[in-house]
Amino acid sequence: TVCTVPSALTGSALFFAAQRCIRALKTVQAEHAPPQHYTWRRNCSSAVMPRITSHYTIFPRDKDPRWEGVEMERFADEADVVIVGGGPAGLSAAIRLKQLAKEQEKELRVCLVEKASQIGAHTLSGACLEPSALNELFPDWKERGAPLNTPVTEDLFSILTEKYRIPVPMLPGLPMNNHGNYIVRLGHFVHWLGEQAEELGVEIYPGYAAAEVLFHEDGSVKGIATNDVGIAKDGSPKDVFERGMELHAKVTLFGEGCHGHLAKQLYRQFNLRENCEPQTYAIGLKELWVIDEKKWRPGRVEHSVGWPLNRNTYGGSFLYHLNEGEPLVALGFVVGLDYTNPYLSPFREFQRWKHHPFVAKTLEGGDRIAYGARALNEGGYQCLPKVTFPGGMLIGCSPGFMNVPKIKGTHTAMKSGMLAAEAIFPKVTAEDPASETAGLHIPEYEDNLKKSWIWKELYAVRNIRPSFHNYFGLYGGMVYTGVFYWILRGKEPWTLKHAGLDSAQLKPAKECTPIEYPKPDGKLSFDLLSSVALSGTNHEGDQPPHLTLKDDSIPVANNLAIYDGPEQRFCPAGVYEYVPLETGEGMRLQINAQNCVHCKTCDIKDPSQNINWVVPEGSGGPAYNGL
Amino acid sequence: MSRVLVGVKRVIDYAVKIRVKPDHSGVVTDGVKHSMNPFCEIAVEEAVKLKEKKFIKEVVAVSCGPTQVTETIRTALAMGCDRGIHVEVSGKDYEAMGPLQIAKIFAALAKKEEASLVILGKQAIDDDCNQTGQMTAALLDWPQGTFASEVTIDGEKVKVVREIDGGLETIKISMPAVLTADLRLNTPRYATLPNIMKAKKKKIANMKPADLGVDMVSRVEVLRVDEPPTRLAGVKVETVDDLVAKLKANGTI
Repeated sequence: TVCTVPSALTGSALFFAAQRCIRALKTVQAEHAPPQHYTWRRNCSSAVMPRITSHYTIFPRDKDPRWEGVEMERFADEADVVIVGGGPAGLSAAIRLKQLAKEQEKELRVCLVEKASQIGAHTLSGACLEPSALNELFPDWKERGAPLNTPVTEDLFSILTEKYRIPVPMLPGLPMNNHGNYIVRLGHFVHWLGEQAEELGVEIYPGYAAAEVLFHEDGSVKGIATNDVGIAKDGSPKDVFERGMELHAKVTLFGEGCHGHLAKQLYRQFNLRENCEPQTYAIGLKELWVIDEKKWRPGRVEHSVGWPLNRNTYGGSFLYHLNEGEPLVALGFVVGLDYTNPYLSPFREFQRWKHHPFVAKTLEGGDRIAYGARALNEGGYQCLPKVTFPGGMLIGCSPGFMNVPKIKGTHTAMKSGMLAAEAIFPKVTAEDPASETAGLHIPEYEDNLKKSWIWKELYAVRNIRPSFHNYFGLYGGMVYTGVFYWILRGKEPWTLKHAGLDSAQLKPAKECTPIEYPKPDGKLSFDLLSSVALSGTNHEGDQPPHLTLKDDSIPVANNLAIYDGPEQRFCPAGVYEYVPLETGEGMRLQINAQNCVHCKTCDIKDPSQNINWVVPEGSGGPAYNGL
Repeated sequence: MSRVLVGVKRVIDYAVKIRVKPDHSGVVTDGVKHSMNPFCEIAVEEAVKLKEKKFIKEVVAVSCGPTQVTETIRTALAMGCDRGIHVEVSGKDYEAMGPLQIAKIFAALAKKEEASLVILGKQAIDDDCNQTGQMTAALLDWPQGTFASEVTIDGEKVKVVREIDGGLETIKISMPAVLTADLRLNTPRYATLPNIMKAKKKKIANMKPADLGVDMVSRVEVLRVDEPPTRLAGVKVETVDDLVAKLKANGTI
């Protein structure tokens, strides 16, 4: 990796910074840095820039003199099945396994690890839940007290212009029609699923993140190891350092949600993506508001497209009126991460959208009580990887079963977890698993998926999202949906392709116009930092930043120089800041890792693909309450 | 040297933004992230350290509240406490529960368990009362070493270095005694997963305040809870005369 000199002068300061960077690179590579300063690096960064990354995934500890003599043995435990991630998919899989065990009177040890401090604290979604999967999992969910309190009563769809609203009729059969669905606070629903799982005997361990995948000698997955604790910000061990724990299993299920960090590793390890397109994503930002009772219409679902996005940027809004006692609305904005303008800020588009007369009239006089953000999958059918490998499988939004035009992924995630459980159960309880590898390979899961309603559903809507990649953008896509989906139900014989990697879509900053965003007014729209405070996010301060850079010099040399630092704008938590260097001219990247809300957008959208999000110490991250 | 009682309180996590209930009777706690009070973590760490140095034999973690506090007791057990006591208080009693009621419970338990030391956090981050330790000592008529930043056991006495406004004060008190932990006493260890798993096997005894002869009636009634007023922007003035004029105009001088 090298510092690249920008071909056009975006500003003499940047040019000189890049030049200095190259010169420094050559000097540092020439010397041998003394061990006590610990400057062993694969790629040396400029002598002018302070070091950013200190995580052991970039700088291995076995070569680090500060770790000599530190006890690195881990305590290990065995379970039948280990599940990574306590979201709808992971919990449904755990519940289904225990239900089968109860039915067939067999013993099964199921352990589930979740990085959030409590189940539901990292869950964020609109959400309109289609109860199909829930009806299969718990036909008696109502008696059990599942928090599905708001049936959808009204469904509105609009195309917004700067001042006006064009209503679009919600005909039955259109993917966005929500008849029969429930508006839920997914965090609360997931918390309820967690309680059901614990009652069934699943061992749930919130506050412990799966940090490492373990492998058998034969290459199959052996299980996971939880995060180490007590590593200081500079990567050295603290007094309270303790190794994580190993959980071994016959099969490990990975339900990390959209763009999981262990899944990223597994794709490479087992070549799971060789026959599918690269996944494409969107970022969803959400707020909860307590509004004026007079404006409250419980059960009302509103979606919009159009303003403030232009026709070539995929995205839109949602606003759902919940019925849970208080006049609460859940609202948010989604922006496709294949956007091309590096000056676009999804957060500020969201804040700006709230000022539209149609939205503002609902929110006026209300109070914002929560904020959060998360990336979501947009790829659908074309982007489904192989989901089974020796010793494990991928479930839920991790491989990505979201139905994009319906904007629902919870029901398919739950169903995938249940199908995984049903495929696994006979194998893990069999006397003789008859497996070629130490970790069980269970391809029946993938076969079951292909036979299920998930596959039919995703196949039918596969061309809707890619149909936006035409000259007319949004309008072309809507016409396509109207003609081919509504009439033909996705039976057309062709499958459209997506545009490729999201990170490759950004145009250089010099080719794009900066966007003038209005200042937040403090009543309807807000600034970034007060929003982040509402997410309740926090991390132990003295730990290596978990937003790791493969090369510390690339942000300034590439991201800032060519794209004007898009990470400052797409991060919904203000983690990335380009600040002036204390010594002389130029900028450096400052990573405020404590603000991170675990949305994964940076890992997805970084044009240099230099950022690798890894899991921080468990129980860090947002503290969402029913988001 | 036998037994130490450690109090742990389940409070709203310090990083969470607090919201006042719409009826102004309190703050919203449903579904909100809770954790062990940071000063209680320090108290637990100190007790476990004393056990590791062999000054005491057993550490008992105590918490008062509804079922959810058992999670907090489990964390204490995972940090090294030997067993737990959950004093069940819920509903209106729990909302009205304050330092006096807790102090009465701890005094009763300290006598029942024949504890040599009661170690508490200096204050809880939700009410900031800083009263429970002192009240417990008074009810027991025991010496107290509060705001401890260093604790050393010396035979039948305890040397406590206290953080006070003027600096550091060193006192020597005889046991049995009550200590309250301040920030710099130690760095609490993490409750790691293997220890959480082991903690599931440790015992937590259940009891009610009535079993200890404690009545939970509160003499304090909360009338109303409000958010602090939003801070207004300051006003800049050009000259000293302007400043004086403005101060006169708003009645300050």
